[in-house]
Order: sequence, then structure tokens, then C-alpha cells
Amino acid sequence: MAQVYGNDFTAPGETPARPATSDEPETFRALLEGEGRVEPRDDLPDAYRRTLVRQIAQHAHSEIIGMQPEGNWISRAPSLRRKAILMAKVQDEAGHGLYLYAAAETLGVDRADLLDQLHSGRQKYSSIFNYPTLTWADMGAIGWLVDGAAIVNQVPLCRCSYGPYARAMIRVCKEESFHQRQGFEILHTLSHGTPAQKAMAQDAVDRYWWPSLMMFGPPDDDSPNSAQSMAWGIKRFSNDDLRQRFVDMAVPQAEALGLTLPDPEIRWNEDRGHHDFGEVDFTELFEVIKGNGPCNAERMAHRVRAHEDGAWVREAANAYADKQAARPGADVA
Amino acid sequence: MTNAHADYVLGLADDALVSAQRMGWWISRAPQLEEDVALANIGLDQLGQARTLLAHAGSLEGEGRGEDDLAYFRDERDFRNVKLVERPQTDFAVTMARLLVFATWQAELYAVLAHSSDPTLAGVAGKAVKEVAYHVDHARQWVLRLGDGTDESHLRMQVAVDAEWPFVEELFGAVDPALVADGIAADPTVLRPAVLGRVGRVLGEATLTVPHLAPAVAGGREGLHTEHLGFLLAEMQHLSRSHPGASW
Amino acid sequence: MRDWPLWEVFVRSRRGLSHVHVGSLHAPDAEMALRNARDLYTRRQEGVSLWVVPAAEIVASSPDEADAFFDPAADKIYRHPTFYDVPEGVEHL
Repeated sequence: MAQVYGNDFTAPGETPARPATSDEPETFRALLEGEGRVEPRDDLPDAYRRTLVRQIAQHAHSEIIGMQPEGNWISRAPSLRRKAILMAKVQDEAGHGLYLYAAAETLGVDRADLLDQLHSGRQKYSSIFNYPTLTWADMGAIGWLVDGAAIVNQVPLCRCSYGPYARAMIRVCKEESFHQRQGFEILHTLSHGTPAQKAMAQDAVDRYWWPSLMMFGPPDDDSPNSAQSMAWGIKRFSNDDLRQRFVDMAVPQAEALGLTLPDPEIRWNEDRGHHDFGEVDFTELFEVIKGNGPCNAERMAHRVRAHEDGAWVREAANAYADKQAARPGADVA
Repeated sequence: MTNAHADYVLGLADDALVSAQRMGWWISRAPQLEEDVALANIGLDQLGQARTLLAHAGSLEGEGRGEDDLAYFRDERDFRNVKLVERPQTDFAVTMARLLVFATWQAELYAVLAHSSDPTLAGVAGKAVKEVAYHVDHARQWVLRLGDGTDESHLRMQVAVDAEWPFVEELFGAVDPALVADGIAADPTVLRPAVLGRVGRVLGEATLTVPHLAPAVAGGREGLHTEHLGFLLAEMQHLSRSHPGASW
Repeated sequence: MRDWPLWEVFVRSRRGLSHVHVGSLHAPDAEMALRNARDLYTRRQEGVSLWVVPAAEIVASSPDEADAFFDPAADKIYRHPTFYDVPEGVEHL
């Protein structure tokens, strides 16, 4: 299973989430029908709870792993202004991961267990972060395309039926509004810079365009979980609808950048009122999900190393807290 | 306005810049996710201080160099930071030991400089003094927990303090007496007991021992660095230098 | 190894307003919880004051009790000023 910024789908050969059953509690169905918000202590169907835990956890994992491709350029940012922006952005991703883990924990799971599942490969993160960041322009392409796609996916989640998830997403979306803009600004500066800079920008867009389209998941008729998620009010729009929305937004922005999108089939379709575009190669996506992307092993190794190297620190803090609590006259605070 | 004045500000700027560069390494590598966020905040504060101080040093120098010219187009012999901040800090105990010393020194320094006769420097210091107060607190919290945590953490924390200690003395190296007399710079002989007193109290509280170790060879303020700085700068500067004259 | 406990975080966004629940975090003790809350939840000047509370210490009403707890208030409309008729022309009432 892979989920991409709130877009949950199953790779071929994997079992989809259990289909809806009619034995959902009356109160739950009434809430959904009235567009009400479901809250942690409500009587929730198991399948709804499990789907949410997996989706929110994988969304959180994506934020955490997503720190790495951009963290890769903090030390090399070409100006101090860019360095500050990038540090703040990667920091935000840690923060967003934390907001999301907090939302998942309202469903009765522990963050440490979710992290264990990430570290052992039982839960996935967004495939987009398994692509390498090879040049500075990739910071622009990630901000513009990857964050742009994420925002298209995430904005509807602000109205998700599960209250804590929706609230976390409102906070995330508010903070993320600068992420896409700074990426666009990087590319705009590069594409109006020296020929070498412009080539760098075009190369980054060429590499990140198709993987960004893959972020919306497989086509609707190949997305077994989507219908259930929509019935539960977790998902509001289909994969293909969101992908189309993203393409329609990106095409004029690419023109403003003076960069081309690597798809000769992109053209305006008057009848549909949308841009037509070429077919996405989903076999690549499924290969990356299976672990065969360019950076899967490195991303996991980096994350696991950080966790293991920090174990003695976390343990020391526990030991200190215990000693403080045991001291005579110890106060709660 | 003399070159000594520009050089003094440049030294403080480089201290902050090199610290921020080292701190940035931690983002995605901290012992807990909350700490990723905390260390990024500290790094961002340091980077902000570096930028305003570099810009000020550039204007004092009067050759039209801005923050990025100074950060990206000077070689290691022209950097003026102390050696304390330039060595690798990929161990959490080392990072906290160093931050405790460095931020405490900055706190005492900026408290004085907030009243500097150089109004720009006074402005920067007045803002930074609140930031570094938080850094001192963060370092103190961790030094307490690691020093008085488990046997392993106590040992690692003491080893880290011992490793940083020889580089502490350079923070109190001589400053052009004219700058002190003119009320521009802080007197290092005044800073020294204040900083060492505060750091020593935290170490004691953390059940750690203040080391008795000879100071390392200084020289950072004259551009005589450890071998580590060259690699740090190579990484930081390579992209800018590959595209001279480009905007980003 | 024992995991750091969970803390709920409340932020007062500005003077004159109440603290509002914003989320949670993990910290080994109260002092660190407060600091982590500052770093995580007030990066964009969201607050002027913070509370952290051990999540385990919060006592919550249950949705099962919601009917018994909250519905009985529904018919006490005389508690609201709009329940009362005010004669035309009477002011400041």
C-alpha cells in the first residue's frame, strides 16, 4: 500500500482494505450523512479506524522521509536567504509529520509503533521521495510540482470526516502555502538566469513532472480503495479528478516560468474545458512502491540510523525524568 | 571606522554562520522528531544573526561586498570564526556541549554589545540576546538530562565536554583594545569569568566535571583553522562558485 | 525502551483569549514538553502563552453519555435572552 499525501491506494497484488459493511454503527452513519465530523471517542467501525490509521500514518511518514531529499541541499544552498528558506521548509516537514502522528494517536495507536512500522517497511511513505535531488533546481521542482501536487491532494482533506485529521490538515495547508511559492520562485529565478541555470531548471522539471503526476495514484478504475474512502468522507475527489486539476494549474504556470513540461501530448481541450495530457507510466510507480526506486534503500537507512543513533538520548531523558520524579519534594512540573 | 572594527564583526558573523551550517546537518537526523524542530529553530536563529552581521561587516569594510559575497567567496584563510564551531558535530552530546558553551558566550557577549557604540551592532545584539537565551536553555536542559541520565549518557556527555573544552579559551582571545575603549566591542576579560561561571554551574548540576585541560592552539580569528573548515566551506560554497555572478 | 509520554498542548494566541487545544507531542517530562511545544506549535507567532498537560491526565466525557449529558439543556430555552418579549420602545434591556 502506498499513500501519497492523503491519497490512499493499493499496488497490484496487494489486498485492498476491507470493503464497507452494513453493520456500521447508526451514530456513525448519521454523522457521515449529515456531513458532521467524527471525533476520537465516537463508536467507529473497525475498518474506518484501520483505514484512517494507515492513511494518516503513511501521510506522516511521507512528511518525515520527505525531509531527506531537501535536507540534502541545506548545506549547499547557493545563498544565505535560500539556506534559511530551505531550513525552515524542511523543519516544517518535521512539524507536519508531528501534527499528523498526533492525529493518528487519537485513534488509539502509539507514534513509536507507527515509526516501527515505517522502519521495518510494513508501512510506506510517498514514492516521490524515493527520487534523488541531483541539482539545486530540484529544490525548485519539488516546491513547485511535488508540493503543488500535495496541496491539490491535501486541501480536500481539510474537510475530511475525521476531525483530528481535518484539523491537522488545516494547519498543514496554512503553513504549506509558502512551500510551493518558494519552489516556483527558485525555478523562476533560474529560468531567467544564466543559460546553465535555465538548463538546470528544465532538467529538474523534466525529471519531476511524471513522478508528480504519479503522486495522485493509479487511474480511478484501478483504485480499489477510493470508492470506500469517498463513502466514508475521507476522500473527496477521485485520483483522476485531482490529477486533472493539477495539470490544469501547472500548464499556465510552466509557461510563466518559460519552461516546458516533458509531455508532447499536453494541449487545451476546448470541449472538456481541461488540458489533455499523455498517459502516466504506472509500472514505474508500482516498481518504486515495491522498493525498487532510485533511493528507497538510502531513505530508509537514513531514517533508521537517526532513530537508532538517538536511542541513548531518549533513554537518558527517561532516566533523568525518573530520577527527578523520585527526588523528595518532586513537583509535577 | 577601521578594518579592526569590520574584522571584529566579521568574526562574530562567521561564528554564527559556521554554527548554523553545522546545526543544519541535524535536520532529519535528531534523536527525536521534536528535536529536529528545535535544532532547526536554533540553526535558523544563528543563520539570521550571521546574515545581519555579515551585511554589517560588509558595509564597514566599504568594498561593496554583501552577505553572500562574504559567505561564499572567501577562502578558509579569510574566515574569522573560532575553531570551537567549525569541527564536525555529528554526536548529540558534542552538539549540546558545544551549544552550551557557545550560546552562553554569545549571551554574555550580546548583552554587552546591545549597548555598543556601534548602533547597528547594538541593534543586532539586542535582538539576538533573546534568541541565544533560548539556546542556552535548550543546551542546559539536554546537558542536565544526558549528564544525570544513564551511565552511558553520563559518560558520553563527559567525553563530549572534554572534547570541546580545549576550544573554549579561544572565545576569550584578545580584541583590539581600541575597539573596547571606544565602546564598540566587549571586553573578553569581562566575558570570561561570567561565561565560565555559568557553564561550570550547569556542568556541576549535571553531575559532570569541569575539565582541567590545556587550551588548544588558537588562531581562528587570524584565519588559522582546523582542517575541517575547508571541507565545510567546500560543501557550502561549491554551487555559488560554480556559477560566478549568478543570482539565485 | 519506554517511549516518551504524550502531552496535550494548549496555546493562548493573544492576551485576552483562552488557551485553545492545538495538538499533542511527546516529551520525557514537563519542562521538555513546554519547550517542545514552543518549538513545534509557535513557530509562526501563534502564541503568547502555553499549557502542556499529560494526555493521560485528561478526563473526557464519553459520546455514549452525550445524550444524558447534553440533551437535557436543549429545552431550557428560558436561559437565553431571546426567550423573553420586550415591549416596543424599551431600550437597554
